[in-house]
Amino acid sequence: MQEIICIVCPKGCHLMVDEENDFAVTGSACEKGIDYGRNELQNPVRVLTSTVRVSGCSEEDSDIVRCPVRTDGSIPKDLMFDAMKQIDAVELVAPVEVGDVVIPDILGTGVDIIATRTVK
Amino acid sequence: MSEKKYELIVIGGGPAGLAAAHSAWESGLRKILIIERAKHLGGILNQCIHNGFGLHHFKEELSGPEYADRFIKMVEACTDGNAPEGIEIMTDTMALNITPDHEVYVSNTEGYRVLKADSVILAMGCRERTRDSVGIAGSRPAGVYTAGTAQMFMNIMGYSVGRRVVVRGTGDIGLIMARRMKLEGAEVLACIGASDHADGLARNVNQCLKDFDIPLLLRHTITEIRGKDRVEQVVAMEVDEHRNVIPGTEQVFDCDTLLLSIGLIPENELSKKAGVPIDSRTSGAVVYENNETEIPGIFACGNVLQVHDLVDFVTEESIRAGQAAAEYVLGGCKAKTSDTVFALANGENVKYTVPMKARMEEIGKFLEVSFRVKKIFGAGSAVVVTQGDQQIARFKRPYMSSSKMEKIRIPKALIDKIDPLGEPLTVSAVEEVE
Amino acid sequence: MYDVVIIGCGVSGASCAYMLSRYNLKVAMLDKSSDVSNGTTKANSAIIHAGYDPSPDSLMAKLNVRGTELAKEIAAKLDVPINNCGSMVLAFDEADLEHVNKLCERGVANGVPGIRVLTGDEAREIEPELAPEVVGALYAPSSCIINPWEYGLAMAETAVRNGVEILLNTEVTGFDAKADGFTVKTDKGDFETRFVISATGVYAAETRSLLEKPDYEIVPTRGQYFLLDKEEGKRVGTTIFQCPNEKGKGVLVSPTVDGNLIVGPDAIIGDADDKTTDKDGLDKIAEAAKRSVPKVNFRMNIKNFAGVRANSSSSDFIIQESEAFPGFIDLAGIKSPGLSAAPAIAEYVVEMLRNDGLELSKKADFIDSRKRPRLPESGTAEGDEARREAIAKDPAYGRIICRCETVSEGEIVAALHTPIPPTTINGVKRRVGAGMGRCQGGFCMPKVQELIARELDKDWLEICLDENGSEILAYKTKEQGKEGR
Repeated sequence: MQEIICIVCPKGCHLMVDEENDFAVTGSACEKGIDYGRNELQNPVRVLTSTVRVSGCSEEDSDIVRCPVRTDGSIPKDLMFDAMKQIDAVELVAPVEVGDVVIPDILGTGVDIIATRTVK
Repeated sequence: MSEKKYELIVIGGGPAGLAAAHSAWESGLRKILIIERAKHLGGILNQCIHNGFGLHHFKEELSGPEYADRFIKMVEACTDGNAPEGIEIMTDTMALNITPDHEVYVSNTEGYRVLKADSVILAMGCRERTRDSVGIAGSRPAGVYTAGTAQMFMNIMGYSVGRRVVVRGTGDIGLIMARRMKLEGAEVLACIGASDHADGLARNVNQCLKDFDIPLLLRHTITEIRGKDRVEQVVAMEVDEHRNVIPGTEQVFDCDTLLLSIGLIPENELSKKAGVPIDSRTSGAVVYENNETEIPGIFACGNVLQVHDLVDFVTEESIRAGQAAAEYVLGGCKAKTSDTVFALANGENVKYTVPMKARMEEIGKFLEVSFRVKKIFGAGSAVVVTQGDQQIARFKRPYMSSSKMEKIRIPKALIDKIDPLGEPLTVSAVEEVE
Repeated sequence: MYDVVIIGCGVSGASCAYMLSRYNLKVAMLDKSSDVSNGTTKANSAIIHAGYDPSPDSLMAKLNVRGTELAKEIAAKLDVPINNCGSMVLAFDEADLEHVNKLCERGVANGVPGIRVLTGDEAREIEPELAPEVVGALYAPSSCIINPWEYGLAMAETAVRNGVEILLNTEVTGFDAKADGFTVKTDKGDFETRFVISATGVYAAETRSLLEKPDYEIVPTRGQYFLLDKEEGKRVGTTIFQCPNEKGKGVLVSPTVDGNLIVGPDAIIGDADDKTTDKDGLDKIAEAAKRSVPKVNFRMNIKNFAGVRANSSSSDFIIQESEAFPGFIDLAGIKSPGLSAAPAIAEYVVEMLRNDGLELSKKADFIDSRKRPRLPESGTAEGDEARREAIAKDPAYGRIICRCETVSEGEIVAALHTPIPPTTINGVKRRVGAGMGRCQGGFCMPKVQELIARELDKDWLEICLDENGSEILAYKTKEQGKEGR
C-alpha cells in the first residue's frame, strides 16, 4: 500500500494505492483520481506547460513575445525535459488561436502541444 | 463636456471583472464598461500559464490564459439589438479615484476623465507581500523578487531572473515558479516555509517540488540576505512553533536569487478612496450576502475582496456580484434598508468569514459563507455555525487546511431560525468528537 | 585642462558643482557610482536641521544655519520637495529637560529663528499622538524635511545644464601632483586640473590617501530605518527627536516629503560599504520610537534600509586644503548636519578657491531653475488640470506605469532624457517615484526596465537595479546555449 496525493484537481485527495491488488485505488473522490492513482505507480504522466517564441504580431498584440502552450493531455513524466527542448526550438508566427497545434505528437506520445493564448 | 453615463463600471478586467461584467449583462444591464490597467484583458491569468484552471466552472483543466480567453470571448460576444456595441472595454486605462457616488476618475492615453455610473464593481485583484512586509534582514542587492514578478519576467517577457534560486514561502505561486525556473534551466535549491506544512495546494507540492527533487524545507525561515550588488547567499534558520528562530541552526545557501511567495494582499487603495470600509481580517471590503459593500451600489469580488486559491471560485463570487449590481440598477438604484441585518463572525479556528454581514430577507435558498481555517483538520472534522449557545448548522468535512478556502451553504430554513437582532452568527471549525 | 575636478556627486559635491557652475570655469564631477546622490545622501533622516545642535563657535554651527537658509531658496528654485514642518526634541524627565534648555540656549546663540521650549501639553497640542510621558519639548519651527537625493540631483543637474561635465561609473585610482595642479587618474582615463575638491563621504580618507596620509579618521556609522506606508504618514506632522541618553542618541519619527513616515536611525560603527539591516537593531528602533509616538504601526512598514554616515575623529566638519599640495580641498567628516549645511559648505569652498587665485567671473546666462519630470498628485483641481494638459501634449502621460505611486510613462520617459539620465531601476525610482510604494516595484519593475531599454537603447540583460553588477535578469529563455540545459 502506498499513500499518494492526487494531483488531478486542486482538491488534493489522499489516495491509497494497493500494488499487490492490481493497483486498486481508494480514497479518490472521482474516477479521474482512480486513473491517476493507478498510473502514478506504474507509468506516471504529467501535463507540461511552457511558452514558445512568437513573432509577427499585430499592433494590438505587439508587446507579446511569448505564447503559452501546454500538452493536450498527459505525457510520461520522464519525457518533460526532452519535450522542453523541442518546445524551446519553436517559433510561432501570429495569428495564433487557442488550441492551435504547435507540435503534433510530441516525442511520439500521441499528445500534441497546443497554444493556450490567442495572439493576433 | 458631458460623458456617457454607465449602468455599471467594472474596475479590473481580470477573471473577477470579466465574470462580473458578463453576469451583469446576462442579468439585463446594457451599458457596461470594463476598465483594465494592462494592455490586455485577463489580468494575472495571462502569466499563470500552468494548468489547473476551470475544473469546477468548465469541467475541464485549462491553463490560465485559456481560462481568461474563454471569458474574454464570452464578454466580446455580449451584443444585442439594444446594445450593438456590447460591453465597452477600456484597456491600458487606470482608475485613479472613485467617489462614493460612483464617479470614476480614469487616466489613459486619451486623457484624464471622470466617468459616471449607477453602480461600480471593484475587481482590482491583489498584490504580493514583499521582503519588507516580513522584514528579512541583510543587504539589498538585485535578485530578490516576488514570485509573481519572476513569473511575469519568465512567462510574459521571456527572461529568467536567476540561475540558482531559493524560494521563501510555500504558496502556490512559489511552488509553481520553482517548477518553471527548473524547467527553464535554473537550479532550485530549496523551497522554504515557516509552518509545518506547505501553504500551497498538496498537488503543487507533489508535481512542482517532488517531481523535480526540489527540497521542501519546512519550519524554516530566511533570516538574512547577503551580497553587495546581486544576491550571493541567503541564510535559513529553523523556527519553533511560535515562529521564533532557533539559534545555531543557520544554513547558508549559495544562490543568486531569492523568490518570495509569502502571501497576497487585496489591493484596496481605490476602495478606500470611495469610502468603502475594509475588514482587518481579509484586508478586503466589508460586504453583505450579495457582495455589496457598505457604500450602496458599490460591489466587490475576486481577490480584491478575499484572496482565493481557485479562479473557479473567483468566477462564482463575481457572477454573484454582477447579478447583484444588475438587480441594484434595474431596481432603481435604491439603497437597501433592512431591519434584519445580522453579522457573521469567525469563531474557534476560523480566520475570517465572507460575507461579514447579511440581510435576512435578501437570502435566497441558502447563504454561502467562505472562510479559512487556522490549522489542518483531518478526517472527522466539522464546521459549526452557532448563534450564542444555539447551534444553527453543522457541516462535516473530511479535510480542511489553511491553504484552501472553505465554503459552506447554510440553508434558508436554518437561517430563519436565527434572531437577526441577536448575537453574530459564528462559524467555527472543530474536530468531531464522537 | 580643467579648472576644478570634483570627486563625489553626493550632496556636498553637487553643491560645489552648482555653486561653481555660475562662473566661467571648466569643471568636471566624477563618481564611482552609477548615479548621483547614491551614497550617504540617499539614505539618511532627510532633515534640514534648524541649527541648535552644533556648538556656537564651530564651523558646523555657522554652515548649518546658513545652509538651512540656502536650502529653502534652492529647493524653491530647483523644484525640490521640501516641507517646513518644524521639529521637536522631546523630554521625558528632568535630565532631558535640562538638555532641552541647553539646546535652546545654543539655538538662540546660533541664531535659530523662533526656537522655544514647550510644556508637555503644549507639545501634545501640536502633536496629539505624542506619548503622555512627554514632559516638555524643544520646538524649532525652522526645521524642514526634504527629499535628500532629489536635492543633490537638482543641484548636480543644474550644474550640468550650466556646463559642468559629469562622469559616473568613474573611480579615482590616484593623483599626480604637478606644478600647475593635478592629474586625477581614474579607471576611465586621466583628468588634468588646477584644483581638486574631494567630496567622497565615507571614503574621504581613502581618497585623501591616494595623495597623502590624512590627519583624520573616518568612522563609518551605519544607521537603519523603517519607511512606513502613507497611511502611517499622518501620525505626526513635525519631526520628533529624542534627547540622547545613556541608551543612545535617540531615534526620530518624522513625516517625509512624500507623505510616508520615517523612523530611525541607530548608530553602528562598521564598514563603509555595509548597508545591511539587522532584526535586533530594527526591533530596538521600533521600541524606542514608540516611546515618543506609541501608536506607530510597524506592520505598515514598506521598506527597511540603512545608510552609512561619514562620522570622523573630529567633532566639527573637516574642510581643509592640503598643506603639502595646495589646490587639493578635502571635504571630510561631513556628518549630520551635512545635508543641511551642504550649499553653505560649497559657498565656503568657493571662497577658498577665490583666495587661492581662481578667477571667478559670473556667467551671463546662468540657468538657475529646473522642473522635476513629475506631475502633481491627482485629486486636486490643480493636479487634475496639470494631468489633463500633460496628456493632451503627450499621450504617454496618461499611461500609468507605477500604480502604487501613480507614475506615468510620460514622466519616466522625461526622466530618462534629463541632463543626468538614470540608467537603472533605482535611478528611475529616485527621480519619479516608480517602485517606491507598497508593492516595491513588484508590478512596475518589468515595465520600467522596458522603458529604460527602449529609451536608452539598452539590452534588457544589461539593466541593473543600481550599481554595476546588480543586473536584474540572468538570461533569456528559449535561446541556444543557455545555462543548465
